[in-house]
Amino acid sequence: MKTFPIGGIHPSDNKQWSKSSAIEAMPLPDVVTIPLSQHIGAPAVAKVAKGDKVLTGQLIAEAASFMSANIHSPISGTVTSVDMLPNAQGLRQMMITIKREGDEWVEGIDRSDKLVTECNLDSAEILARIKSAGIVGMGGATFPTHVKLSIPAGKKAEFLIINGVECEPYLTSDYRTMLEYGDRLIVGVRILMKALDVKKAFIGIENNKPDAVAHLRTLAAGIEGLEVVPLKVRYPQGGEKQLIAALTGRQVPPPPGLPIDVGAVVCNASTTVAVYDAVQKNKPLIERVVTVTGKHVAQPKNLLTRMGTSISALVAVAGGLPEGDVKVLNGGPMMGRAMINLDSPVTKGCSGITILDGREAHRNAAAVCIKCAKCVEACPMGLEPFFLSKMSQRKSWDVVEANRITDCIECGSCQYTCPASLPLLDFIRTGKQAVMGIIRARAAAKK
Amino acid sequence: MSILLFTVLTLCVLGVLSAVVLYFVARKFKVEEDPRIDEVEKMLPGANCGGCGFAGCRAMAEALVKRDDISELFCPVGGGDTMKAVATYLGKAAPEKEPRVATVRCGGTCEKRPRTNTFDGARSCAVASSLYVGETACAYGCLGYGDCVTACAFDAIHINPETGIAEVDAEKCTACGACVKACPKGLIELRKKWPKGRAIYVSCMSRDKGAVVMKACKAGCIGCGKCEKVCEFGAITVQNNLAFIDSDKCRLCRKCVNECPTGAIRIIGLAPLPKAPKAAPATPAAAPAAKAEPAAPKANSAAAKNTVAETAEKVESVVNKKEE
Repeated sequence: MKTFPIGGIHPSDNKQWSKSSAIEAMPLPDVVTIPLSQHIGAPAVAKVAKGDKVLTGQLIAEAASFMSANIHSPISGTVTSVDMLPNAQGLRQMMITIKREGDEWVEGIDRSDKLVTECNLDSAEILARIKSAGIVGMGGATFPTHVKLSIPAGKKAEFLIINGVECEPYLTSDYRTMLEYGDRLIVGVRILMKALDVKKAFIGIENNKPDAVAHLRTLAAGIEGLEVVPLKVRYPQGGEKQLIAALTGRQVPPPPGLPIDVGAVVCNASTTVAVYDAVQKNKPLIERVVTVTGKHVAQPKNLLTRMGTSISALVAVAGGLPEGDVKVLNGGPMMGRAMINLDSPVTKGCSGITILDGREAHRNAAAVCIKCAKCVEACPMGLEPFFLSKMSQRKSWDVVEANRITDCIECGSCQYTCPASLPLLDFIRTGKQAVMGIIRARAAAKK
Repeated sequence: MSILLFTVLTLCVLGVLSAVVLYFVARKFKVEEDPRIDEVEKMLPGANCGGCGFAGCRAMAEALVKRDDISELFCPVGGGDTMKAVATYLGKAAPEKEPRVATVRCGGTCEKRPRTNTFDGARSCAVASSLYVGETACAYGCLGYGDCVTACAFDAIHINPETGIAEVDAEKCTACGACVKACPKGLIELRKKWPKGRAIYVSCMSRDKGAVVMKACKAGCIGCGKCEKVCEFGAITVQNNLAFIDSDKCRLCRKCVNECPTGAIRIIGLAPLPKAPKAAPATPAAAPAAKAEPAAPKANSAAAKNTVAETAEKVESVVNKKEE
């Protein structure tokens, strides 16, 4: 069975809590808050002002540049404010607040459940629809999909890879999406293959989801060039570069290298379903599946949620916060970010809410590095995390840059495996941010 | 015996030859260096703190000797005396600079700025501030993990365990500016040093709107502008909801201290002006302070008790390893 060549760890997947609960639609929220920056790149520019009436699916913020994404209203109602509000980390961000009045949709959106398999649009039209629908990578990286699909001149896409790995422990939103929206997913794959003009497509799924593999294989039968590939369970297989290596054996060059340099384009499973909705149903990205899970959550659930719904509403539907000290993560335990503000909204990149109690979230006191090199063994990018961490702590930015700190995908494997419980990634991430800043400043100075 | 003699002789000849070669090479490639650089370096404190902007004392000494105009160069550690001595030795005009002291501009003590969550990541201000707002609701305040303490080469800055805020020992501080660079929140400012540690400054850096500040911290500057109006020397400016007292213009008249409704203007080493003549303006000033009271507990309850870090739970990892 295929997997990526170096590094990786085996955390227990803990998907049992929410994997068997079918996707449930959340009741419509009364108020939504929509951050203008839900993607990598320039924040969108608000097109509405306080007091404006909006309809569900209406464009409320427009992409500021090519590397940006449109944002649509997830409900119909009145805009009550366009202001700086605290996000999940307590930092203030520009957000549009909308108060709901009924549920009126913009005309032209097909809301029926009928599966539309035929797509007669050409590549440019498909891309235009994806762009106007504001679709971004829904696995968490939130890279605008239209940018990914616009192949730069001189390069050629050979493979389309659909990322159904979901290697992050706890989360099951992609898994449930593949099981329940499999038919839409397959049409989405065909649309993407057409848009990219590729003959070969893979759907990579980790082997701990055999029913998803079997289900998609039945649906994919008879489609030329589409292959559903089960992969060996190993974290971080869902990382773009790791998945490309696992499926094609090719290695993406270090930054600024992109998957397209080895002829691959990777799309998340949920994103592919969103592409189907955008192209076939003209429906913008206004809702997504969010897993609310944890050992101590009363009813772990997979919820089909409108964007901008507050996280506390989702937690309430799942049975509320457990007693005592808890840690609420936006995402899973490996890559997710801890939240301090539960009134913050669900965004395009929010695939799950993981709730850990104090004991589960406990971090041991950091000891000293014994140079056992377990982190080096675990690093899927072939870096030396102990060294990068130490040098970042010392602010030796030139050293960490020379040692390829920008290659780090922040998967946390090093920190997970460290027997001395060192906060390796904490420092590496700070170092990476500093080096990225230096590189940007250098590029700006050259211009 | 002859072998021994031969060996010793050969080595001796080799040694002498090498010495002659080295002598000529050394003469040919001799680097002429101004002997005054060594002398000036001895006069400098030798802390190599980088406060002057150079890599170390040696680099500073070189610049002092080589440049004709040394008015731009100043050693904050040695201060005016050292610079005078160096200037006299070199026969140049001594640069004059008023002594300065690092000042931490945050007054959000544990009681005034309630903690809303616990941080369990690496104990570093740089790490915490890159991840999120901090353990309180204020995005601008002191985090208290002591990046400035690590940066200080003179043991002049410490975190007060009672307040959780960095405090500067004015006696030890040399105003080298290392802490200013280390603070990711940009809280530390080099201000004019008054005798006996006297100081008046706005102990807040929050550029949030007044209502937001009051929710997060009872000692924050709300940018009301009362101090700006009362200042006779034009030392106070309010920009982006934040007051700033220019330490070069301030005369320590203390009028602004009594005006401030939240007590964000801090006064050290001086008695505040008597309250009696201030009785009239003190009453309206108390009103916004009272407003802050009900807002504070709200901030307390709204925040869930979360802890911050992005690792997998170690408990699970242990279980997992055992299973393997």
